[in-house]
Amino acid sequence: MSAPHVTGIGLLAPTGMGVEQYWSATLAGACGIGKVTRFDTAGYPAVLAGEVDGFEAREHLSSRMLPQTDHMTRMALVASDWALADAGVKPDELPDFAAGVVTASSAGGFEFGHRELEALWSKGSDHVSAYQSFAWFYAVNTGQISIRQGLRGPGGVVVTEQSGGLDVLAMARRRLRDGAELMLAGGVDSGLCPWGWVAQIASDRLSYRDDPARAYLPFDTDATGFVPGEGGAILVVENDVRPGARSYGTIAGHASTFDPPAGSGRPGTLRRAIENALADAGADAAEVDVVFADAAGVPELDRAEAVAITEVFGPVPVTAPKAGVGRLYSGGASLDVVAALLAIRDEVVPPTPNVARLAPGIDLDLVVGRPRHKKIRTALVVARGYGGYNSAVVLRAS
Amino acid sequence: MDNSARPARRVVVTGIGVVAPGGTGRAAFWDLISNGRTATRRITFFDPSPFRSQVAAECDFDPIERGLTPRQARRMDRAAQFAVVAAREAVTDSGLAVDPARTGVAVGSAVGCTTGLEQEYSVVSDSGRKWHVDNNYAVPQLFDYYVPSSISSEVAWDVGAEGPVALISTGCTSGLDAVGHGRDVIAEGGADVVIAGATDAPISPITLACFDAIKATTNRNDEPHTASRPFDRSRNGFVLAEAAAVFVLEEREHARRRGARIYAEISGFATRCNAFHMTGLRPDGREMAEAIRVALAQGRIAPTEVDYVNAHGSGTKQNDRHETAAVKITLGEHAYRTPMSSIKSMIGHSLGAIGSVEIAACLLAMEHDVLPPTANLHEPDPECDLDYIPLVAREKRADVVLTVGSGFGGFQSAMVLDRRSA
Amino acid sequence: MMTLAELVAIIRECAGDSDVADLDGDVLDVSFEDLGYDSLAMLEAAGQTQRRYAVTLVDDAVVEARTPREFLTLVNGELTRVG
Repeated sequence: MSAPHVTGIGLLAPTGMGVEQYWSATLAGACGIGKVTRFDTAGYPAVLAGEVDGFEAREHLSSRMLPQTDHMTRMALVASDWALADAGVKPDELPDFAAGVVTASSAGGFEFGHRELEALWSKGSDHVSAYQSFAWFYAVNTGQISIRQGLRGPGGVVVTEQSGGLDVLAMARRRLRDGAELMLAGGVDSGLCPWGWVAQIASDRLSYRDDPARAYLPFDTDATGFVPGEGGAILVVENDVRPGARSYGTIAGHASTFDPPAGSGRPGTLRRAIENALADAGADAAEVDVVFADAAGVPELDRAEAVAITEVFGPVPVTAPKAGVGRLYSGGASLDVVAALLAIRDEVVPPTPNVARLAPGIDLDLVVGRPRHKKIRTALVVARGYGGYNSAVVLRAS
Repeated sequence: MDNSARPARRVVVTGIGVVAPGGTGRAAFWDLISNGRTATRRITFFDPSPFRSQVAAECDFDPIERGLTPRQARRMDRAAQFAVVAAREAVTDSGLAVDPARTGVAVGSAVGCTTGLEQEYSVVSDSGRKWHVDNNYAVPQLFDYYVPSSISSEVAWDVGAEGPVALISTGCTSGLDAVGHGRDVIAEGGADVVIAGATDAPISPITLACFDAIKATTNRNDEPHTASRPFDRSRNGFVLAEAAAVFVLEEREHARRRGARIYAEISGFATRCNAFHMTGLRPDGREMAEAIRVALAQGRIAPTEVDYVNAHGSGTKQNDRHETAAVKITLGEHAYRTPMSSIKSMIGHSLGAIGSVEIAACLLAMEHDVLPPTANLHEPDPECDLDYIPLVAREKRADVVLTVGSGFGGFQSAMVLDRRSA
Repeated sequence: MMTLAELVAIIRECAGDSDVADLDGDVLDVSFEDLGYDSLAMLEAAGQTQRRYAVTLVDDAVVEARTPREFLTLVNGELTRVG
């Protein structure tokens, strides 16, 4: 089976909107984490987030769309526009039913839902909006993108917390194998409202530091949790590259596994996910030039990931540019895939911002400080979702 | 335009588990629907009088009675409880010994942990008084409610699966799409077994309020037992429900080698988007028709071979006409000879779960050679002129069954079940 | 009593500004459909109208009010009846 190509990218990240702005900031090791500005964090232990700055929905979307969309859906719609433009594709020129949309979600349009819950509970049921019937649910981005772009091919939605951005590529690949010509695939997420924030705090994985340069330090001896972020990416994935178009790289392999429950005595399955992804790509571990890590920022999770990577690869360059934007839930792994594809394109590994000293027992060649120039033919992206999800994707130069 | 070759690895169903209004368990569920009884009633979970629609199909379900520990019952949202209980019944039914690395899970849900989230919201917000909700009152499982993949995690932990696991959330087609996803995973070799199905427990004030706002649910509150009236002239919306159905999906040779009882093969599945409107449907049903066409083609099934159609039949004015049109496009004249029924007439519309519950109904119909009826159908809408098996179940052998679904966001899905090749 | 200007303000708030018509123009007898608003948008506008003017608008009547004039007639009829 041939591997499909990524031919277009639309993205919004705390370090930039659009591919080139994001990439130059990422190569510079920029940090887009700062104090939360969307709501008042007084009284909450976590106070930092990676926010997408300068996104004015009104500049990109008709006012008709605004009352019926959560902030994250607005970003996703714009990302889908940018991805198709980047790929040079006009949806209405595609054959009918030939193109579809698959997105990853985590909590849906949670801020929209928060406002509606408040309206219901403080004022009464007749104050709930007609749009609540769809604006918050997990399928909303796939639905709204398919309508906006006129795509009547297959539609799908996967929820695997932070590994969704990889699993959605596997979904796209399946649909491309059984008849679709083009799939939009990715995740764009945001949970920046008090109700969402309190829910995220309940995960017990957030960092409570208030210094943006010291809060989210994956693999570091001072790791203490992660910082949430918003944003993500929508990719155009096609079986073939159109004449005159360009391929960022191919999705060569994917695998996902699930960890047994804590206390079962059975080993974790991250290593197997990585090995299965390599097998799916027909790749030896030795071919992998760089690993983009999941980088949970929680010490025991960092250790488990480091062990799995070392057992499979021995020494290999590892990086986690997400330390500069936060963990973006269903948008995170999509953004990591973009970073890996750009690393392939430009033959350079971006650094992991802010990390200074590896924790004892973490024996990784983590790229820090400056980007590392290296020819990259094959990249591995790892993502883990809360609740046991492990996924890995192998990307190759086309 | 589709090159969906028949997959080399074929997928069959070897176990069924159900939690439904009217009865937990396969047997209770089949008893209700084959006898044409309805489980719709005035809402009892909370006072429904502030709402426009005050009826629902509720499950009489006690998690402890159903085998969950108090700790599990406290931790899990109701939707997760349903899924775990249904999964256990399915695995027992199949006689399967789980091989963790080769077993995956795919659970569908449209609204995830809505019930748990709303309960927690009322606490941390002090009943909506505070926008700046109080994290000191948040329970640890609030994050599990926040991201509904916690539901598929609970099922995976309970059955011991360590292969590919996912929650599929495509609105009201989640129940079909999760089973389709499980089939995909087996077909491409990622697992030999997938515990696949769907669950939703949406009967909570916020859900009632949002469907009231668009008048999608029926307000026939004075006749709760006959409020769900798919295809009937007097229908005026769906009845909200809760339920779960879970299956053991297995690679066909794997099932044959261990002598498993096979209900049927999933010989075709396809999904399309209408790209039209988040809640509205065009009456021509063209995208659902395309999903049906592709699903039939995958199984090399001619329209005339379809013995029974399990309808989406939600009981809204627009849906029942939309899918009648889609079935006529794809089955042609044969549509008039093919019985078609909606079990939502009896157990309401459990959103993301119902697609799986309807697959269970199809498989049990095939097992018993009896097709469930459409209850409450006394005077069909003149634009709905097919044979919807009104009121009384029909004895008929069904070897090939088509089941369809339609959901907010424009999702249109179709699945074909075939027991001839099983 | 509800005026056209107030109705237009509610529609803009609930469903955004029209992409296809000038809502500040002579729209009293232009159908909502021609103004670019579907039934969902009008359900939302009806809900907002009910909340703001403290009237109850019967289901079927809302669906049948196809133009701003018909909608205002419905609302103001209710306000008069109750008032």
